[in-house]
Amino acid sequence: MTGAVLEALASHWRRNRLQLLTLVLGLALATALWSGVQAINAEARASYDAAAATLAEGRFHQLMPREGDSMPQALFVALRRAGWLVSPVVEGRLRVGGTAVRLVGVDPLTAPPSSAASEALARTDLNRFLRAETLVAGPEMAALLEANMPNPVLVDQAVAPGSVLADIGVVQKLLGRAGRISRLIVLPEQPLRQQPLADIAPDLVLQRADGATDVGRLTDSFHLNLTAFGFLSFAVGIFIVHGAIGLAFEQRRGVIRTLRALGVPLRRLVVLMIAELVVLATLAGALGIALGYLIAALLLPDVAATIRGLYGADVAGTLQIRPAWWLSGIAMALGGALLAAASALWRLARMPVVAGAGGRAWALGSGRTRTLQAAAAVVLLAAAGVLAVTGGGLAAGFALLACLLLGAALALPPCLAAILRLGEAQAVRAMAQWFWADTRQQLPGLGLALMALLLAMAANVGVSTMVSSFRLTFVGFLDQRLSAELYVDADAVADRAALERFLEAHADAVLPIMSVEATLAGLPAEIFGVRVGYTYRENWRFLDAIPAVWDEIEAGRAVVINEQLSRRAALHVGHTLALGPGLSLPVAGVVGDYGNPIGQAIVGEALFRQTFPAIEPSRYGVRTGNPQGLRRALTEAFDVPPARIIDQAAIKAFSLSVFERTFSVTDALNVLTLAVAAFAILMSLLTLAAMRLPQMAPVWAMGTTQRRLAGLEILRTVLLAAITAVLALPLGLALAWVLLAIVNVEAFGWRLPMYLFPVEYIRLMLFALAAALLAALWPAWRLSRMEPTGLLRIFANER
Amino acid sequence: MLLSIEDLLKSYPGPEGPVPVLRGVTLSLDAGETLALTGESGSGKSTLLHLVAGLDAADGGRVGLDGQEVTALDDSGRARLRRSTVGIIFQQFNLIPSLDVAANIAFQARLIGTPEPQELSRLAHALGLEPQLRKYPEQLSGGQQQRVAIARALAARPKLILADEPTGNLDEATADGVMEQFLALVAETGAALLMVTHSPRLAARLGRRAHLSQGRLA
Repeated sequence: MTGAVLEALASHWRRNRLQLLTLVLGLALATALWSGVQAINAEARASYDAAAATLAEGRFHQLMPREGDSMPQALFVALRRAGWLVSPVVEGRLRVGGTAVRLVGVDPLTAPPSSAASEALARTDLNRFLRAETLVAGPEMAALLEANMPNPVLVDQAVAPGSVLADIGVVQKLLGRAGRISRLIVLPEQPLRQQPLADIAPDLVLQRADGATDVGRLTDSFHLNLTAFGFLSFAVGIFIVHGAIGLAFEQRRGVIRTLRALGVPLRRLVVLMIAELVVLATLAGALGIALGYLIAALLLPDVAATIRGLYGADVAGTLQIRPAWWLSGIAMALGGALLAAASALWRLARMPVVAGAGGRAWALGSGRTRTLQAAAAVVLLAAAGVLAVTGGGLAAGFALLACLLLGAALALPPCLAAILRLGEAQAVRAMAQWFWADTRQQLPGLGLALMALLLAMAANVGVSTMVSSFRLTFVGFLDQRLSAELYVDADAVADRAALERFLEAHADAVLPIMSVEATLAGLPAEIFGVRVGYTYRENWRFLDAIPAVWDEIEAGRAVVINEQLSRRAALHVGHTLALGPGLSLPVAGVVGDYGNPIGQAIVGEALFRQTFPAIEPSRYGVRTGNPQGLRRALTEAFDVPPARIIDQAAIKAFSLSVFERTFSVTDALNVLTLAVAAFAILMSLLTLAAMRLPQMAPVWAMGTTQRRLAGLEILRTVLLAAITAVLALPLGLALAWVLLAIVNVEAFGWRLPMYLFPVEYIRLMLFALAAALLAALWPAWRLSRMEPTGLLRIFANER
Repeated sequence: MLLSIEDLLKSYPGPEGPVPVLRGVTLSLDAGETLALTGESGSGKSTLLHLVAGLDAADGGRVGLDGQEVTALDDSGRARLRRSTVGIIFQQFNLIPSLDVAANIAFQARLIGTPEPQELSRLAHALGLEPQLRKYPEQLSGGQQQRVAIARALAARPKLILADEPTGNLDEATADGVMEQFLALVAETGAALLMVTHSPRLAARLGRRAHLSQGRLA
């Protein structure tokens, strides 16, 4: 019996291949976008984990310099002598063949156990490692090193992508940091008696394992955003699947009744239909995962560049097939298909055997379903309103987005029906009246595809508003921050004092740029020292500040902080910030600092030099009316290589390129989502085409040409898409507001002003209309070319 | 006795309370016997057929079929009975549109086991369906579709055939042709036949006649 029933069920797909294609492709596309994003996330996370595992970071306490980024190696010796079991680490970045490489220098004799480094060292010839200046790296990095470095290279899979392991002395030599180490790892087993740390090394601080900075946590928000977009694309795809499954169930109602009348038990039928769905979903899921792999492989290089630019974390540029993402892809495909089929299966289980098979409208067309949909829309939109007013945190932000988008999608059919009813009421001619009424009758069939279009359009409007607002703010911010015409690398000239004197003599103003990494209010941050002058006074725009903010900074009586630090540490103007032992200053201003992941505090030059006397300026900003002349003079006077003098335009161009890369992934996902929506419309129109004949045949019989009917079909689709696009605009703007005012603040720590971009919206709308037009052309063409017998059969009751 | 119906009751919900359709019908049918059930529209003919087939549940009374109490069976028991004991022929043919004629004919026989290819060929030949075996239902005329439905019901070798206006959708000449073949094949198989019809002419061709009026046998 099972074989016969399965054959009967499968025969439907054989005879309705387009519907099968819709179902499989819809599910495959949804899975592809989801699993593509998951593949990128999994690859990035694996890279972070591998990097952290190099020295088992996060599992051991560490001793860090209180100031600066290094400490004398002599401290290591002093601590060992005092009974502290510690292991030194030197870390830094080196450019190898145009690629920034993370160098990790370890002491093989004291490296902590159960770390990737100690495992790699256990597999390495220690003698060779120590004497031959050997570098140990993963396969990808090893190839780069072999091509560009004279050192022997050993390949070990345990070393993180982008990282190179070597003896501490080798790394010190390569980085030019002789006698300096970055930090000390405190081994888990320590003697009972030890001299207190404050007595041996008062300039070191103990960072506990659970307090270590975790790059994975820093990048979480970035991945969360990607996941949200992946999920949105998946949701759009599931609308297609729901439509295809709903239609398939609807068309098979007669067959299902016949099967039951012939003696197939209901339970067996439901189980077999679920099995059929599972098989199809697994196939579609596998196809989707393959497509997702391609998408991820195309996007990963940009994502890797973005994460490196934003967070300094290395992500392998090549993709591996990891169980985490392909399993999640299959699970999503199965879950999505079953979710999309749940209502159809439920109706099937409750369907009486003897009710008439024909004459039933599309499943979603029933008045009860419409009422339930409208009620759910009202509840979800109300929940979104409540969350917007009262919600806090990233989770609430995403919950608000989900309620808003789903509520709006469910509200679309009733809104469209109301608009079409209005059109029908205004129509005078019979044909116009039929057109409006017939368009309304099509809504249940096209509703899901239009919901997909609404979501895709809203996502496009929302994200493009966010990105364009961000870009506008960011450009303004760069103009504000990069006001100096030239930036001179301080390391380019050995005699720094002579360089400073020369610049003072030839430039309108010199702005030394000096900074030190610090922990402020328990958060990773930087302290900057600035020379207060007209550049800062005229160009910087504060989010909040006291009236004489720069006077206070110049006098060393206050500090300016960036928005990230202000939000994360709940510090506002008037609050006091501890900058170090014995140094606490009131906050005089909060400044926007877009694109920077960590906190920043800005003090006057004098105070900075007095507090951190060892820190020299890393660069000088130079104000001059003749940048080209000063550049030439500098080159002649100090023989400074041209690359060490960067002009403002170059820095802006670089910063903007990092910015553009950051959003290239979301741009790509946007386009893909819109393409999926266009596909949804096409498939809905194609599958509806045959079902539409009974509505069109009488109009044709009464004297309307097939050509005209086809034209009206195109007009109908474009009209529905246009109304949907118009409704998507306010929804997209609401989405942009949530992203800018809630999600971004929680994820990145800054709030951006929202700008509107009407030209961009018109362009998007035209794109959506063009997609709908393209989708409508084929079914309309088929209608116009249909043989009259096809339409005549409608009247013969032989279909 | 193959089929025994005793005091069968059935009503459907209406806007002003339950509307009785069958008000205590008692009827019996022996193996190989043929019975025409006539009556005006709404008299309960199709409902009676549905209750005998176990497609719907009765409100009262009992239906015994081939030694089983249909009215006491659960859904899966009734489904088993339909598969193995009953062949149903509907007015609307109810073929599976995505299967070709050959697969449709073999379908119910496959539900209960492996059909005999010779029997299928014999039925196809007897009903003049051989040229149509690879066609799909939508490519057939109404008469051809009803022949396929008859072949499907007979191929499973049921003990009882239930036919609900089997020629109601056909013109008179086609209906006569189909009926001729149908009755001949039923006689060959030795199955009992309970057929609902409006046509006194068709009813006259069956062994017994019963008339339903307002839910009762007249």
